[in-house]
Order: sequence, then C-alpha cells, then structure tokens
Amino acid sequence: MLRRSIEGLGQRTIEGVWRIGFAARFFGAMLLHSGTAFRRFGLTIREMYFSGVLSLIIILVSGLFVGMVLGLQGYETLQRYGSESALGTLVALSLVRELGPVLAGLLFASRAGSAITAEIGLMKATEQLSAMEMMAVDPIARVVAPRFWAGVISMPVLAALFSAMGIFGGYLVGVHLIGVDEGSFWSQMQGAVDFEQDILNGVIKSVVFGIAITTIALFEGYDAPPTAEGVSGATTRTVVTSSLAVLALDFVLTAFMFRGIN
Amino acid sequence: MNRTVLDLWVGLFVIAGIGSLLFLALKVGSMNTVKAGNSYEVVARFDNIGGLKPRAPVKSAGVVVGRVADIRFDNETYEAAVTLRIDKRYAFPKDTSAAIMTSGLLGEQYIGLEAGGDEQKLKDKDRITLTQSAVVLENLIGQFIYGKAQEGAPQ
Amino acid sequence: MQHDTLVEIRDVVFGYGARPVLKGINLTARRGQVVAIMGSSGCGKTTLLRLIGGQARPGQGSVRVAGESVGELDRAGLYRLRRKMGMLFQFGALFTDIPVFDNVAFQLREHTDLPEDAIRDLVLMKLHAVGLRGAADLMPSELSGGMARRVALARAIALDPMLVMYDEPFAGLDPISLGVTGNLIRRLTDTLGLTSLVVTHDVQESLKIVDYVYFVSEGVIVAEGTADEIRASDLPYVHQFVHGEADGPMPFHYPAPTYAEDLRLGVQRA
Repeated sequence: MLRRSIEGLGQRTIEGVWRIGFAARFFGAMLLHSGTAFRRFGLTIREMYFSGVLSLIIILVSGLFVGMVLGLQGYETLQRYGSESALGTLVALSLVRELGPVLAGLLFASRAGSAITAEIGLMKATEQLSAMEMMAVDPIARVVAPRFWAGVISMPVLAALFSAMGIFGGYLVGVHLIGVDEGSFWSQMQGAVDFEQDILNGVIKSVVFGIAITTIALFEGYDAPPTAEGVSGATTRTVVTSSLAVLALDFVLTAFMFRGIN
Repeated sequence: MNRTVLDLWVGLFVIAGIGSLLFLALKVGSMNTVKAGNSYEVVARFDNIGGLKPRAPVKSAGVVVGRVADIRFDNETYEAAVTLRIDKRYAFPKDTSAAIMTSGLLGEQYIGLEAGGDEQKLKDKDRITLTQSAVVLENLIGQFIYGKAQEGAPQ
Repeated sequence: MQHDTLVEIRDVVFGYGARPVLKGINLTARRGQVVAIMGSSGCGKTTLLRLIGGQARPGQGSVRVAGESVGELDRAGLYRLRRKMGMLFQFGALFTDIPVFDNVAFQLREHTDLPEDAIRDLVLMKLHAVGLRGAADLMPSELSGGMARRVALARAIALDPMLVMYDEPFAGLDPISLGVTGNLIRRLTDTLGLTSLVVTHDVQESLKIVDYVYFVSEGVIVAEGTADEIRASDLPYVHQFVHGEADGPMPFHYPAPTYAEDLRLGVQRA
C-alpha cells in the first residue's frame, strides 16, 4: 500500500517534469517560429480580433463597476480620517498598480484563454493540425505563434482600458454621486501617481500576464488528449492554471517593482 | 468575417488602448520622476526628518521643483543626509535653506526650499547648510504641556 | 503507365512505447497505381500512412518515397517532400473556421506567390474535379460527411501532388457517397497521374477501384495481390475479411484470460 502510493508519487513527479520540459520546448519553438506571425501580420490581427476585441465588453463593464465600488468603499474608509480628497489617489493607484492588470488578466484568462485552448484542442482532435503538417505548413508557426503575439499585444491594451474605465467609474461615484471636490480628486491623483513607477510598471505587469496566459492556453490546447473529455479538461486547466499564474506572478512582480517605494 | 471589418475593429481596439494609456499618463499620473540627465543633486542634512520618504516632492514657493532621491543616515554626525534631485531649469542661490514641511495637518511631508540672496548658484553635489528639521507633533505637544505646567507652577 | 516505384517500405518495425504496432512490413506502390492497405481496425494501417508522411519515424527498416528516405530527412527536407504529397484524413480535417474556397486555397496561398486571380481559377478547377464548384462559399459545418470528404480531396490535390494518401475514405458514408468517392479516387488517379494509397477496411468498395491490395494483420502483411487475386483467394484470413465473417483466424475476442478464469469459476471464494 505504502509502496503503491510512493510509486504513484514518483510517476506523477516524472510526468510533471516531462510536461514542464515539453512546455519549455513548446515555448521555445513558438518564439523560434514567430517569423510568420510578423511577416504576415494579418494572421495576428485576426487573432487580436478574437482575443482582444471580443473581450472588450467584459473588460469595460467590469472595469467600470470595479472603479465604482472602489469609489464607494474608498470614500467610506477615507472619510473616517477626514481625507476624502485622497479618493482619487486611492482609486487610481489601486487600479493602475494592481487591479487593472490582475483583474484584466483573470478576465482575459477565462474569456480568451479558455477559447484559445478549446479551439486548438479541437483543431488537434479533428486532425486539422495534422492535416496542416501534412500540407507542409508548420502549425506552430501558422496557428500557435499568431495567437501568442495577439495575446501579448492585446493584454496591455485591455489592462489599460480596464484601469481607465475603473478610474472613470471611481470619478463618477466619487465626484458626481458623493460630491468629492473634482479639482482635488484629479490633482491629488496626479500628485501621487507616477508615470514610470506606477503606470509603466502596470503595463509591464500586463505584458507578463499576457505572455503567461496565452502560453498556458496554447500549450494546454496543443497538449490536450484528442477527445471531448481531453479538450474540456484542458480548458478548465487553462483557466485554473493561468489564473493562479497571474496571481503568483503579480506577487513576484510587485515585490520587485515596488520595493523601496514608501 | 470580412477582412477589412476585422482590421477596422482591431485598429479601433489598439487606438482605444493607446488612448487610455495617454489618459493614464496625462490625466491620472504625471511625469514626476526628474530624469538624472536634466537635474542636479544637492545634499541637505537634518537632525530629524520625521516621516519624509524617498520620492517626496521638493517645493519652492509651492511649486514642485524636484524630488527626494535618497535618504541616508550619517553615522558620524548622527544626522540624516537627504539627497535632493532638482530640475536643471530651476537654479537656487548658494544660501538657500531647506525645511521639512507638512501639507495640511496630517498630509504628506515634503521639502520646502527658501531662496537666499547669494550671487552664486547651487551646483551639482553642493550642500545646503541651512536646514530646518521636521516638526514632530509629539514634541510640540510635549513642549506645550511643559510650558503650561511651568506657567501654572507656584512662583 | 509508368512502372517505376514511388513508395517503397522495407522491413519496417514501429511501436508506440513498448507496444509494437508494425513488425516488419514490406510494401511497394508503383506510379499511377491505386494501392489499398486493408486490415481490421487498429492493425496499424494509419500508422503506416504516418510513417510515409514523415509524422512518425520507423524504429527499424526504411520508408522511401520518390527515392528519398523519409525517416532520415531533416525538417526542411520533410516539408519539401510533403508539398508533393496530399493526404485525405478520415473525417476530412477541413479547417472549420474558413470557407470551402479558402480551405482548398490554403496550400496555394501558403506555398506559392500566385496572384489571387490565378488561385481562384485553380481552386475552382479542383472543386470542379470533385463536383463541388457550387459549394465554394459554404462553411465546412454546412457540408455533409461525403461532401466534406470531397472538399478535403480537392484540398489534397491542390498542389498537384505525386502521391495522395487516403485514411479511411469510405468510413461513415452512405452507399451513394461511397460509390462517388471510390470513382473519384480512381478517376483522379488516372487523369492527374497520381499515385493513390488507400487505407480502408471497406473491401467491396475498394476492390472495385484498386490495382493492388495489401492485407495487414497484427503488424505484418498476411496477403497481397491484385483485386481479382484477392477475390479468388482462399487464404482463411482474406476469406474472412472479404466475406465479413465474424469468427475465423481474426478472433472475435480481444486477447484475454480464459473466460472461466475471469469469472473465477473453480476458485474458492473467501
């Protein structure tokens, strides 16, 4: 019994290491064969439509509501200390540094990441990828790499839109609903938010999340067993793994970026 | 989906992204960081800096002219050595004084520069000699109570 | 008809992991022929096509196509060779996100610099050859199984290959589509000067159109010959296969312990 469970652990470890190795090779091949994605940028644009433009609605609406909630809750807390005028700072900093990239990343993982996995998995299950290979077209270059770059480009755009929308939502609630002074809302915000330290770091975060999410989604799809259960399992794993990756990476990046500030 | 429609949507998408980045850059944040190339550094020593933090603004007559680049403790004089990075556009006389101020009663702390009357201007790596430490609220209250006690004491 | 060899397979051994699938296969296809590879499901027929297409490499032995050893080619060489091959997958494997026209045009756009006018003409020619010129604007999801198979065939011959491989082209088709597909394979082979390699278990349909047949069972060739020789064959295996008998040399039961043993008859139950 004990021996069995140790064997099971060993087998799972070996499989895990093998999978990591395979994923690393996959990532390398994807970067190596990215030429097509840029030479024929139309392919990448097409994928940007599917992963970026089609995620717009959910990103904009969520951003607006998150910003509005931040406005309400932030005001509630700040007014206890008589510093309502810092509401703009609170809304902007939390969105630009953390919530924008992270929430946009989580939404992107469940909206676009799952779709990518399901699509690639189905293409594999219906032998479309094999057919492409037999037609002397490399699926990594033709199918995978354009989706990767589309995700990497779309993610910071979505995160920036999320933050902007959220700040607008906080402004609506804070200034128009509650009545915080408009001038101090914006000026305090401007005084506290730094372009390089806060906004650029947020953009870097979102690019890293984009790389992580699309790589996981593409790999899960490419690696999925060619059956219905295989594809659905891979889709679930994409959402779970990439969401966890976003949160863990966020911690690591935050620790590096904002160390020594304040 | 028609190719041109697709291109149009993606184009709009990217423009919206750039637009919101511009909004973030111009309306939400500011290019606060003074670049090393366009600035000069001077050091001011204080007995007590209170709650001053790196990146706190350096203001003169209420206008931000630079940032606090670095705060260090000098183990020989037992003072805080604060490095100020000031924009090259603003030149100050050699006898300018620096004081640690607080915006509002509980607001953030910043360094206020009060220009002197010297002909010579401050240069890179110069020292500001005239400084005024942070007002520490507890000390102030302590002094006040002590003073009251003195007043009330029987002569 | 030229009688030089296009595909030559010598003593090929291949296995997935520890499970051997092919145990020493010899097979030859001459130019202009329709060659069928038959056998029951799961006997390694599809694996054979994968070896010829270079999607798998043989463990031992050699696979030569047009004089080139497929297993030893590098990536570039393999892709060069594949441009001269077409493959029809079991269910067509059409790209479901683009219309029929773009499916057929796929290779032309990927591998040639032809202007869009020329591509249009070529695609319509290929679609006409399979009788589906009118379906050019449909999406693959709007096609029936037989039509999808024909579109996939048009796509496979888009670059005028020298060899076309068919993986179960008759599976799941109604009798009419079956006849249409069979005739199409024969006609395209003759008119375009192709060589066709058909993997199938549909004996009756394929015997009508093939020049030569190989029977594969348990990883080895058990019989070969022309269509007439196969029909007349009295080899037990071929006889079972051609006449569709349930039991024979090809057992009905998957290898297992004896029935009695499995049911634990004669074992004292605790």
